[in-house]
Amino acid sequence: MTASTTANHTVTVLPDPQLAPLMRAYGEAMAAKRRQLILGAVLFTIALALALLGAEVDLGTLWAKIGNFTSYFTRLAHLDNGASVLSDPAEWFWGLRKWSLLLGETLLIAYVGTITGAAFAFCLCFLCTPGLMPFPWVRAATRRVLEFARTVPEIVFALIFVVAFGLGPVPGVLAVAIHTTGALGKLFAEVVDNIDANPVEGVRSSGGTWFAQVRFGAVPQVLSNFVSYTLLRFEINVRGAAVMGFVGAGGIGEELITAIRKFFYADVSAILLLIMVCVVVIDLISERVRHRLLALESR
Amino acid sequence: MLVLEGLTKRFGSVTAVDSASLSIPRGQFVGIIGRSGAGKSTLLRSINRLSEPSAGTIAWNGAEITTLKGAALRDWRRRCAMIFQQFNLVGRLDVLNNVLLGRLAHTPGWRAMSRLWPHQDRLLAMSALEQMDIAGLAAQRADTLSGGQQQRVAICRALLQEPEIILADEPVASLDPRNAKIVMDALQRINRHHGLTVLVNLHSLDLARTYCDRLVGMAAGRIVFDDVPAALTEGVSRTLYGMEAADVIDHAAAPGLEAGLAAQAA
Repeated sequence: MTASTTANHTVTVLPDPQLAPLMRAYGEAMAAKRRQLILGAVLFTIALALALLGAEVDLGTLWAKIGNFTSYFTRLAHLDNGASVLSDPAEWFWGLRKWSLLLGETLLIAYVGTITGAAFAFCLCFLCTPGLMPFPWVRAATRRVLEFARTVPEIVFALIFVVAFGLGPVPGVLAVAIHTTGALGKLFAEVVDNIDANPVEGVRSSGGTWFAQVRFGAVPQVLSNFVSYTLLRFEINVRGAAVMGFVGAGGIGEELITAIRKFFYADVSAILLLIMVCVVVIDLISERVRHRLLALESR
Repeated sequence: MLVLEGLTKRFGSVTAVDSASLSIPRGQFVGIIGRSGAGKSTLLRSINRLSEPSAGTIAWNGAEITTLKGAALRDWRRRCAMIFQQFNLVGRLDVLNNVLLGRLAHTPGWRAMSRLWPHQDRLLAMSALEQMDIAGLAAQRADTLSGGQQQRVAICRALLQEPEIILADEPVASLDPRNAKIVMDALQRINRHHGLTVLVNLHSLDLARTYCDRLVGMAAGRIVFDDVPAALTEGVSRTLYGMEAADVIDHAAAPGLEAGLAAQAA
């Protein structure tokens, strides 16, 4: 620590009788805040401990069975004849053509589902923030719809839609779209919640309708965040769409679940690797898209 | 002694500050005037390197500022405290901690990060607040304060840095006349009592004449006037603001503006 505290040129420390009551008042006000914080931390720790007990999380089991886990990975890295997958890449990726087509279908399911879901989320998110929607019942109703859309797992939706519409990518698209509506709607609503209210007020004071207030007061403020979240969601949806095939809703998932069930280890690792490469490529592209859009905006 | 030589800042094709040269002796109270976009803010922000100059040099007591890096740059920023138009306080932090941020350069990192400020610094911060008549607000969140109160907190933060220069960028532009006077009086007190150099951007010529020892006028990035306030004639004001000096000085712009609008509408 520097010794400069004793020789401050710009502030004179007041005499103690004047300073002591001020410091005491500050200390008391802060102590009240600190008590709340400590109480919160204690409750949080208790909840965490209870959750660990309740879910029967046993670190001992994790340690004892870790070998099984790693041995699965070892098997993933070997062909049926026992050779390492790297020794014969052509044999490892024997189904590259078929898998690429299915992966393409998966991407399209994710793409269409994301766009559709984002469109619905965009329409709904302005209806559930107090700043823009004065009627509490509309806000509550919208929020319930969004909650329903995101709490039911997409694979369950896919299963239901497969029963209704038959096998193929359509149920997958619907399932992804509904889940995306719920997930993005929530995130969008939070972005809208945090906007600066002054531009909205400015539009309102010029006699703008509710739509004009949203269009000119809110949308320009939220658009860049919406784009970021949508691109992130697309990436998550590629992963989500990859398992749609588990229940017959199109894409690479059907091949993957077959390979897992029939213990075609090399096929499992090849398909997983393709999905991973795909996600990395999407991440790289979406990053560029986002920066381009932001650059366009600031012009 | 602060010396600027040929200071230039370009943003793409726009030249915000165009080879500005100035020499300011220690302890002077300098007002920088000119219309919005004349380059006043960029000039101040170049001095503490919040904005990197494109060309030219800045020197303080003979020491080169433009090439400072890392810890040396942070120490320079500590020595030239800045006060902003929008106060730039941390709204969600209480007032005393906001003031204590002025001690960041004096405090070891781990202490500051865990907000374990030395007791002496806390006393210092509380004393500064009390001298600005706002010690009673120390435990409140900064964003609950009024504009005038927030600017006084910002001044306290600046004082705790133990600066040698105060750079004030439109410090009173968002304040009502009474609060503007309180803040300007505080800057004057700092200047008189502690001998700190004060550079202040102002767009009120009245305030500039009342408080400053010297006025520097900027237009389109260039320094076009540099003299005592008494030398600020109507002609100079007209070049600076591109309008009748009386309108600027007497705040009588409103009738003229209305007449102009009426003429346009007709």
